[in-house]
Amino acid sequence: MTASDPTASGYNFAYLDEQTKRMIRRGLLKAVAIPGYQVPFGGREMPMPYGWGTGGMQLTASVLGQDDVLKVIDQGADDTTNAVSIRAFFERVAGVTTTTATGEADVIQTRHRIPEQPLRQGQLLIFQVPIPEPLRFIEPSEEETRLMHALEEYGVMHVKLYEDIARHGHIATTYAYPVKVDGRYVTDPSPIPKFDNPKLHMNEALMLFGAGREKRLYAIPPYTRVESLDFEDHPFEVQEWDDPCAICGARDTFLDEVITDDRGGRMFVCSDTDYCQSRTEEVA
Amino acid sequence: MTSLTQPFLSVDALHKAFVLHGQGGMTLEVMRDLSLTLSPGECLVLAGPSGIGKSTLLKMLHGSYRVTGGTLRLHFEDGDLSLDTLPAHAWHTLRRDVIGYVSQFLRVVPRVPAVEVVIEPLLARGVDEAEARVRAEAMLARLNLPERLWSLPPGTFSGGEQQRVNIARGFIAEHPLLLLDEPTASLDAANREVVVQLIQEAKARGAALLGIFHDEDVRDRVADRLLPLSPHMGAALASTPANAEEIRS
Amino acid sequence: MKRPDLDRATLLEARGVSRLYGPGKGCEAIDIRLHRGEVLGIVGESGSGKSTLLRLLAGMERPDAGQVVYHSHEGELDLYAIGEARRRALLRMEWGLVHQNPRDGLRLGVSAGANIGERLMALGERHYGQLRAAGQDWMGRVELDPRRIDDAPKTFSGGMQQRLQIARTLVTRPNLVFMDEPTGGLDVSVQARLLDMLRTLVRELGLSVILVTHDLAVARLLAHRLMVMRRGQVVETGLTDQILDDPQHAYTQLLVSSVLTP
Repeated sequence: MTASDPTASGYNFAYLDEQTKRMIRRGLLKAVAIPGYQVPFGGREMPMPYGWGTGGMQLTASVLGQDDVLKVIDQGADDTTNAVSIRAFFERVAGVTTTTATGEADVIQTRHRIPEQPLRQGQLLIFQVPIPEPLRFIEPSEEETRLMHALEEYGVMHVKLYEDIARHGHIATTYAYPVKVDGRYVTDPSPIPKFDNPKLHMNEALMLFGAGREKRLYAIPPYTRVESLDFEDHPFEVQEWDDPCAICGARDTFLDEVITDDRGGRMFVCSDTDYCQSRTEEVA
Repeated sequence: MTSLTQPFLSVDALHKAFVLHGQGGMTLEVMRDLSLTLSPGECLVLAGPSGIGKSTLLKMLHGSYRVTGGTLRLHFEDGDLSLDTLPAHAWHTLRRDVIGYVSQFLRVVPRVPAVEVVIEPLLARGVDEAEARVRAEAMLARLNLPERLWSLPPGTFSGGEQQRVNIARGFIAEHPLLLLDEPTASLDAANREVVVQLIQEAKARGAALLGIFHDEDVRDRVADRLLPLSPHMGAALASTPANAEEIRS
Repeated sequence: MKRPDLDRATLLEARGVSRLYGPGKGCEAIDIRLHRGEVLGIVGESGSGKSTLLRLLAGMERPDAGQVVYHSHEGELDLYAIGEARRRALLRMEWGLVHQNPRDGLRLGVSAGANIGERLMALGERHYGQLRAAGQDWMGRVELDPRRIDDAPKTFSGGMQQRLQIARTLVTRPNLVFMDEPTGGLDVSVQARLLDMLRTLVRELGLSVILVTHDLAVARLLAHRLMVMRRGQVVETGLTDQILDDPQHAYTQLLVSSVLTP
């Protein structure tokens, strides 16, 4: 990674200056060393508002090399506004090659999904995170939540799940489902569907999480134990669908409901557009 | 069990004075140089006019009043126990297991049914609740408290009914030393008779009893000895503890 | 008859603890010994330092001087010499605190059942059915309708909230419970019910309690022993009936004689 030859003149490679990138990489090293632990970092202004992926983008900018191939997805899709904008941004400020194929990417920035195709060693998955603190719902004080993490006072996480069952008869949390990383830190996996939680466990890729507004980053290193919190008599379960994907016929993927007309017509299709497309091509 | 001839309780040169800070530090001497002994199986009745310090003595023996001077000792097989130097927390066990107290008035705890008031001393000793309840109900029946009252809080009971609840509570735990402060004061003849029986049964099992009875008939039937208190009071002690209570409160 | 064993093991001790905010404000050089199974009442008027003392004893505020020593199963623990992690674990696992205002001790956003279950979950209970059974059992013990286990505490009256807080605190059967004016702010009729319930629970669970109250009637009903505080200092200690019926210190005499008896 060097600062030479920026594609868009006037900008450093990948937009951020090298000092900032070094600072963020130091934070990332600490995050990798303490899986699931939230590391504060000096977040920079990005040319877009908070909530659009500024945390993920700063991490991507910090780790991106000139030879890296980048993929950006938003809720599984490569062609939604957020994904298209961020991909275009890095094409312009870093001049890197981009792709939609999961298998070809070195760095994948994602909002709210983990690709269906298993990741491999050497790949980087970078999550955009709105609220990094899993204890925030019950404890507004940052000082207190840090202490709770330090002392492993995690009883309240189960209070939330208990309340789910009491109200709905089952654990109704379907996304941002809390996990315990490496048997130590309770961590918010960002708003991925709980369908993706099992993919966090012992994943071969390095997973990095960046929250721009909150200026926190954390990591799940490759081959790390990740357990979803649950009760003995209400074990963690992922969503299931009655029908396969209406396009590719897959039965083991996360499906989005798509409204097809204004008369109540609808269908379920893979949320991971690349996966769905590659399956369709295989069949064809 | 200690031999019946050996005293269980010795009181020696007991002295009690109240210092009334609200009255410019005025000192009220209510007892001076009182000595007595009490043996197992014996009932000693304190005699003397009202306000001479009989209740004060019982309260010192129960730890409710502090001792100004003199000694209070209990004699056990394996040694003596000084009550006047006992740390406060030691009284919890002593009151639970050794020294029982039946006062004239029931201190009513709101909402607690009569039968619960009676079984509490047994539960405190860890007696099984079902067994304790059977014993409590038998005791209340014996004292002719109507069964419909057992499950009601005694707050609304008549004076006599409250007193019978209190007597049941005082006798049920069979303490080796029982202090009786006019237990028959507001009872009818039939219930006085029951109390006399309870006292005689306590004596028979070897309990030492120290009591105040205004009813001469009861006194004559239960007392082994009488201890008139007036000789122990000095001439200077003109004001009575009854007055003292008034001044202090 | 043998001499009864009157000794009771010490559970909590304060050795010369001081915390002064100003002259006569806070508490100064306090010694306390709480024995197992004992209810120790700390009484005094507002500003006497009793609440400060409670905070010092309960591990919530570090004293300027002196030690608070807890006699745990593993031996003596100097409360402020052990690390914060250990101290908080102790508060969570072995101790309990009942606040005067139940809203300070409850999570108002979650159901009654979740409130009761929280300490169990913190101790590692991971069986929903058992948590629920414990919740219903404890609601019954504190005379709340177990059918309301899924209702939010907000929908409960003040007295019910206080009983819920007590259930939430006692569900893990703590060795030591601190109560700060547990009946304060409640209607008199509601107070009586709560007092009776507390008495029963103390006996059934063999609780050791430090009770702070300004209400001598509450102290008489609940406490075995009393400590009278004034201007940050202990003026008198003794059995509850000794203090209330034969007070020695001028201030205690004044305090006792100022109580209205109907």
